[in-house]
Amino acid sequence: MSEMKNSNSLTNLTLAAARDGLQNKDFSAVELCNQYIDAIENAGELNCFITKTPEYALAMAKKSDHKIQNGTAGSMEGLPIGMKDLFCTKGVLTTAGSHILDGFKPTYESTVSQNLWDSGAVMLGKMNMDEFAMGSANITSYYGNVINPWQRNDGSNAKLVPGGSSGGSAAAVASNIVIAATGTDTGGSIRQPAAFTGIVGLKPTYGRCSRWGTIAFASSLDQAGPMTRDVRDAAIMLGAMAGFDNKDSTSVNLPVPNYEAALTGDIKGMRIGIPKEYNLDGMPSEITELWQQGAKWLKDAGAEIVDISLPHTKYALPAYYIVAPAEASSNLARYDGIRYGLRVCDDGDSLDDLYEKTRAEGFGAEVQRRILIGTYVLSAGYYDAYYLQAQKVRTKIADDFKQAWQSCDILLTPVTPTAAFGIDEKQDDPLAMYLHDIFTVPSSMAGLPAMSIPAALDNKGLPLGLQLIAKPFDEVNLLRVGHMLENMAGFNAKPQFLASNGLTSKAEGA
Amino acid sequence: MSDLIKGKTGDWEIVIGLEIHAQVTSNAKLFSGAATAFGAEPNTQVSIVDAAMPGMLPVINMESVKQAVRTGLALGCQINKRSIFSRKNYFYADLPQGYQISQFDKPIVGKGKIAIDMGNGEIKQIGIERLHLEQDAGKSIHDQHPKKSYIDLNRSGVTLMEIVSDPDMRSADEAAAFVTKMRSIVRYIGSCDGNMQEGSMRADVNVSVRKLGDELGIRCEIKNMNSMRFIKQAVVYEAKRQVKIIEDGGSIKQETRLFDTIKGETRSMRSKEEAHDYRYFPDPDLLPLVFDQEFIDQMAASLPELPDAKKKRFIKDFKLNDYDASILVAEKEKAAYFDAVAAVKGCDMKMAANWVVSELFGRLNKASVDIVNSPVAPESIGGLIALIKNDTINGKIAKDVFDEMFETGKDAATIIDEKGLKQVTDTGAIEAIIDDIIANNPDQVEKYRDGKSNLIGWFVGQVMKASQGKANPKAVNDILRPKLDI
Repeated sequence: MSEMKNSNSLTNLTLAAARDGLQNKDFSAVELCNQYIDAIENAGELNCFITKTPEYALAMAKKSDHKIQNGTAGSMEGLPIGMKDLFCTKGVLTTAGSHILDGFKPTYESTVSQNLWDSGAVMLGKMNMDEFAMGSANITSYYGNVINPWQRNDGSNAKLVPGGSSGGSAAAVASNIVIAATGTDTGGSIRQPAAFTGIVGLKPTYGRCSRWGTIAFASSLDQAGPMTRDVRDAAIMLGAMAGFDNKDSTSVNLPVPNYEAALTGDIKGMRIGIPKEYNLDGMPSEITELWQQGAKWLKDAGAEIVDISLPHTKYALPAYYIVAPAEASSNLARYDGIRYGLRVCDDGDSLDDLYEKTRAEGFGAEVQRRILIGTYVLSAGYYDAYYLQAQKVRTKIADDFKQAWQSCDILLTPVTPTAAFGIDEKQDDPLAMYLHDIFTVPSSMAGLPAMSIPAALDNKGLPLGLQLIAKPFDEVNLLRVGHMLENMAGFNAKPQFLASNGLTSKAEGA
Repeated sequence: MSDLIKGKTGDWEIVIGLEIHAQVTSNAKLFSGAATAFGAEPNTQVSIVDAAMPGMLPVINMESVKQAVRTGLALGCQINKRSIFSRKNYFYADLPQGYQISQFDKPIVGKGKIAIDMGNGEIKQIGIERLHLEQDAGKSIHDQHPKKSYIDLNRSGVTLMEIVSDPDMRSADEAAAFVTKMRSIVRYIGSCDGNMQEGSMRADVNVSVRKLGDELGIRCEIKNMNSMRFIKQAVVYEAKRQVKIIEDGGSIKQETRLFDTIKGETRSMRSKEEAHDYRYFPDPDLLPLVFDQEFIDQMAASLPELPDAKKKRFIKDFKLNDYDASILVAEKEKAAYFDAVAAVKGCDMKMAANWVVSELFGRLNKASVDIVNSPVAPESIGGLIALIKNDTINGKIAKDVFDEMFETGKDAATIIDEKGLKQVTDTGAIEAIIDDIIANNPDQVEKYRDGKSNLIGWFVGQVMKASQGKANPKAVNDILRPKLDI
């Protein structure tokens, strides 16, 4: 573990601690913001950002200082965050990690980002991500790979992926170059990168955060959520992001509870379900052991552990890889070179030429693969066998969870079958890549809230996470149990690269 | 009233089914809050939802839902309390989303039936297969630039009701009557303005031919017809084309065709093989559309009296004949006008029908004036009729008075007063005129008395002339006959 060169750096503070420091006027929002702007400048090699917005950030921080002064501070006042580049931000380049949105500056602000600005948050910039949120390693971004700030302890210096699709958000939170970041999760895009980078990632219940203004990947699954350094930060940030939005028909009109108040430290009598189907053949023993350890921690904290069964789990991943590409193939049809973004067209080209050239050049290989899969499964003659069947499976999966809630309140599972892997290790095998979502996809298919909590290091010194899954709209208990799990695990390891001290391995290697 | 086509091999029956696209009269589009004014500058009626900007989501416009349910009820259709919006996927430059949000296997309105009136007292029932809601696309404009096309998204996202009939029509006239009836109904209830020229109502016409008693033939769909005249022309042309192909040993390809209004013929647009695979699937951005019986009841209660009911009432209560009643109820505004005439006290309804249908509609037609802008108010026609009935003026004078009313907008009584047209019913005065004429025309009197009894008309004419038309014809006859018949 590296020693921090500057342990006084404000960038080491959690979101909650920085909030309290601002309220106590220990430092100003502008000071905090400036330290992050410097940190970002020193972290260019991680490639976390697609667009940096330091001027915006400083202007917002100044406003926040005013509000703090006159006692009108919001719940996120003056806290500098990263915004995944899937959220449309007014006047600021928004790319979804894709070439096809070249030069696209929305004239509108997504509901989630607007909610955050309304609560006082400060935008440091737009975070790198897998193209259109399709990927589990952040290697499909048109704007290049994001590098995981963690490294293996074997001295290999291999560059590791941060997970995906919210890889830029995860790496930036882990390396302290943003205090927190937004992510979006379709099949694991918040939880898997959170696990790979040793941070907390929470995917709320489908319908809890508005999807309006968030670029769609798979509409029936997409959900925004916070990526933070600890569970308390996640509670605070979720409170700012969530809420009913009449511009999103799938948004649910329920009050937003005070999530921070949920962190009571008391989980006595709660029933924690352990689904046996999540025990995979050939899963590394350290994953299994950590999972058992997690159950023990919660038991020691007063919870009751119950074995449960989710019999249709094995069908979740194949069904997901039908439903999500099907919706994506349709959602991405609007990127046609006609109204915004990239247009590739030569003089005398027909409309079809324009479509073909623009979309061939504008979309990367993974996006094209999923559009093709999605188009195929919706085609006449295949629809019933694939899409309709997948929807039936989806209902079965949701029913499994409903059944489980008869005997437990929260589920505990691993987040990923392995720790972060090397950037070059799985490029050529999409199926191996898809398997990384195996534990996160079922709860996505059922629309349930779920959270990844860093719990331990593997034998190569890389973080591993544990996943909690809760009933619909029961983020309160999700956070309560998550908070306890976090306390019991006592995970406090830091990545090799931290904003305040630079990449130590690089110094060592030099 | 089938129009059979005489082929070389015998008679062929035409089978027609229609798809009507009716734009919902509403201040907002189906899934966005944008306005929908016709004829506005290109791309001025477009929200970021209609332009399919990234991250935009559809939200159902309840006004469109209400109008679809009202229309379904007016067509006597089953209303589905749960329906689903699906995406119909295809690429076109004026389709910003790359899909049209429509309804596929679970439409908002199911089966029903409407009666079409063939004008000769013949009523025919035509089945309605379904009515569903969908978004309109924008417009591509290809003739403004040699190499470029322009796109106008004003219409993009506008609410359309697609009403699909069963293949129940057997002639061009029936097809036109169906569209006419549909237009009448939507205009009655105000769900669509029915304006075919502006494109707020258009029809796709499916035509096939068969020998009587045979199975249905292969159909061709003629797209985007926007006038009754063209529909009739297209049906006849298309049916003859198909008969010729079959009789020459060929077979019909299922395809989409366009009607060339200048040449008066249909031509191929795309064949079934080239047809899109629309990859329909439920739109995940929208929840199923669900409502309860109470909502349906509210919509039913909001419906006005519909044309068929109105016609029945006109015939029953006002003793009108079928022809007049049909004409009067065909348009909501005409029917309302007639109801207003009928409300005038002491109005003779048979006379009223005659005056409105022949005299008023004739003059309006000639002057190209709409009924709502009629210079003669319903109360004025009622007044005129009352004056005829109480013998203040006779029928002939009444027509002159009506001309004046149509021109000046004054009411009948005023005109009669101003021009001194009041009928002479004073028998003394009439008798004096008659005596005078008998005295001055002994030859005619003699001829009459010798048996040329039809000279009575000549005498009446003389009396009318002498009275400047004001003499009451009945009084003239009553007094004249005894004097001549002595």
